[in-house]
Amino acid sequence: MTGKRTAFINAHLADPELRLDAPGALLVEDGRIRDFGPRLFQDGRPADAEIVDCRGLVLAPGLIDMRVFTGEPGSEHRETLASASRAAAAGGVTTIVVMPNTDPIIDEPSLVDFIKRRAAATASVRVLPMAALTRHLAGETMTEIGLLMEAGAIAFTDGDRTIANARVMRRALDYASTFGALVVGHAEDPDLSAGVAMNEGEFATRLGIPAAPNVAETIIVERDIRLVELTGARYHLGQVSCRASLDAVADAKLRGLPITCGVSAHHLALNELDVGSYYTFRKVKPPLRSEADRAAMVEGVASGTIDVIVSSHDPQAADTKRQTFAQAAFGAVGLETLLPVALTVHHDGRATLLHLLATMTTAPARILGLDAGTLAKGAPADLVLFDPGLPFVVEADDLHSRARNTPFEGRKFQGRAQMTFVGGVCVFDRAKDAES
Amino acid sequence: MPGRDDSPILKTSHLLGIEGISVGEITALLDLGDDYVALSRSAEKKLGLLKGRTLINLFFEASTRTQSSFELAGKRLGADVLNMSVKTSSVSKGETLIDTATTLNAMRPDILVVRHQDSGAAELLSRKLDCCVVNAGDGSHEHPTQALLDALTIRRRRGGFEGLIVTICGDVLHSRVARSNIVLLSKMGARVRIAAPRTLLPADADRLGVEIFTDMREALAGADIVMMLRLQHERMGGAFVPSTREYFRFYGLDREKLRLAKPGALVMHPGPMNRGVEIDSTVADDIEVSVIQEQVEMGVAIRMAVLDALSRGLAASGRNAP
Repeated sequence: MTGKRTAFINAHLADPELRLDAPGALLVEDGRIRDFGPRLFQDGRPADAEIVDCRGLVLAPGLIDMRVFTGEPGSEHRETLASASRAAAAGGVTTIVVMPNTDPIIDEPSLVDFIKRRAAATASVRVLPMAALTRHLAGETMTEIGLLMEAGAIAFTDGDRTIANARVMRRALDYASTFGALVVGHAEDPDLSAGVAMNEGEFATRLGIPAAPNVAETIIVERDIRLVELTGARYHLGQVSCRASLDAVADAKLRGLPITCGVSAHHLALNELDVGSYYTFRKVKPPLRSEADRAAMVEGVASGTIDVIVSSHDPQAADTKRQTFAQAAFGAVGLETLLPVALTVHHDGRATLLHLLATMTTAPARILGLDAGTLAKGAPADLVLFDPGLPFVVEADDLHSRARNTPFEGRKFQGRAQMTFVGGVCVFDRAKDAES
Repeated sequence: MPGRDDSPILKTSHLLGIEGISVGEITALLDLGDDYVALSRSAEKKLGLLKGRTLINLFFEASTRTQSSFELAGKRLGADVLNMSVKTSSVSKGETLIDTATTLNAMRPDILVVRHQDSGAAELLSRKLDCCVVNAGDGSHEHPTQALLDALTIRRRRGGFEGLIVTICGDVLHSRVARSNIVLLSKMGARVRIAAPRTLLPADADRLGVEIFTDMREALAGADIVMMLRLQHERMGGAFVPSTREYFRFYGLDREKLRLAKPGALVMHPGPMNRGVEIDSTVADDIEVSVIQEQVEMGVAIRMAVLDALSRGLAASGRNAP
């Protein structure tokens, strides 16, 4: 093979899969990782390769974000696959798993095919579509899981909707297990959560906002765990947000059930008090919880009970957020702040860099069955280069997403992507990005 | 039939399921079935064995082939056959099953053939009536004459059951045909596999002594007999199976999947078929592999055998033996 070669020199290689956290170099050939190591290129750099001088920054596997909403198809004014992929690239995210909650809903094999083709034509990062678990996301009848898998659906979910009917959920899990399909659940009891805007407690009381207790989540988590036990289906809880749910997941894992779970970056960094004076950019599903629950999420990441950190990127147009808190849409953009927010757990001394990176590389790759998320030889050359210590302030105007609804405007973080590569091709370079 | 042996075949006065009968009884019924195939193929098909006896067909569920098969079997043996369909009976006016049984009992039938949507209905009637009761299908429980006719078809083609691999594929969860066949074929020494999506597999099915597959292709590998089950329309719409096209793709028997079975494997279906759902027409209509029409013929013969066997327990007086 005499394809295109790129040599990454003076890097600090970090790969949780290989337990690699040391200075070294890495060679990419034809879009895949050819070689790496501390002494690579000791006898001279390959003459024919393009050189990327990493200047001591961390070179890690590109991030895999398991929870991204876009507006394509149907509400492209919020976000397209192309604009989401630009935001992803700027955040060091090289694979986005997109949710089926679009218009039309992704519940047909032909629509999975549409997303794949559209992404191939317009997106700069890898796009993996999840398909709906029930038709029209109505929670009543299951979708064609077998045919959707053949079309390329990576997993099955009703996105930010909970299947209320336990019989439907049981059958869907049963049927999914027939094909070894992964089911991604959302846990908010629809009746307890009907018409509410935030977490139930003193602060919601003072603000006078209709609120749901966090048991609205735990009830569904516990139900789904029982159904997984009954059916043996592979189940991933998309987002956990309170301690009681986390305890239930930890217990299920102890019992050896095929359950994994994720947490959104904003649930690690924000609590219900951050709603402040009706700040609608912090209206999310599930709602921001108490400080004790937030601290439990950090603990869950540190202990490994929480497998993955996701952005839950949910772009909303200004008009749907410039509303009263009760009327505003749910959701926050997060692709570009995923890495910096997650890194706070590391900077606070709660997790090693590798442990933290695993939640956005190795773990999602394992859950989704991808060969990405590692620097191993032969793996796709999806890479992120970042300086974990570099301070910056989040400014909405700097975001690449089509939407601006970041809950972190004005917040200070340390560490964000400097360069991002997908299949060995540079899809983001902050140095050039600033000029444009 | 000339020179026939009319010693008792069944130990019980009813045929409620395969569960309650022995290998010896099954074999004797199949032997008798063979005789009736020969009779049915001859010009003079009638015997006077059940002359003067009354057979009532009581069908709470619509059925073309089972009901007409019993009717023909009864008539060929000389019985008076009464078909009671539920639409015209008092049951549709709210009469309970036991009231119906009491009423029928007063009419002094000798044999009652019953099909009902509820499991256990035939057994309930057998406790309330003085006549012989034949279960022609009760809910998701048993359909013994279907299993017997399937067995007769297999035995005539393969000579026996020992070591045969029989793959039963489809809606096992709701299927009385599957339950009766699993019991019968296992008793007779065949190795039974079932293949279905998990939504159509009964709980703890492994306890029935069968091998369970969710991948139909694996279940077909090396199979001698492929038995397809009918997928009821009401199960297709998303509750158990997302769509007919997905079902056909993964669980429909077509040429390509059939190639995985043993060369010369036989294809069976209890009917009526959903073409393009559980079976492809090119397979169903291929006389080299499909014995579906033969099953219908065996159906009449085996029901004659069952009626004959049960009638041997009836006392000569016209009332039933104690």
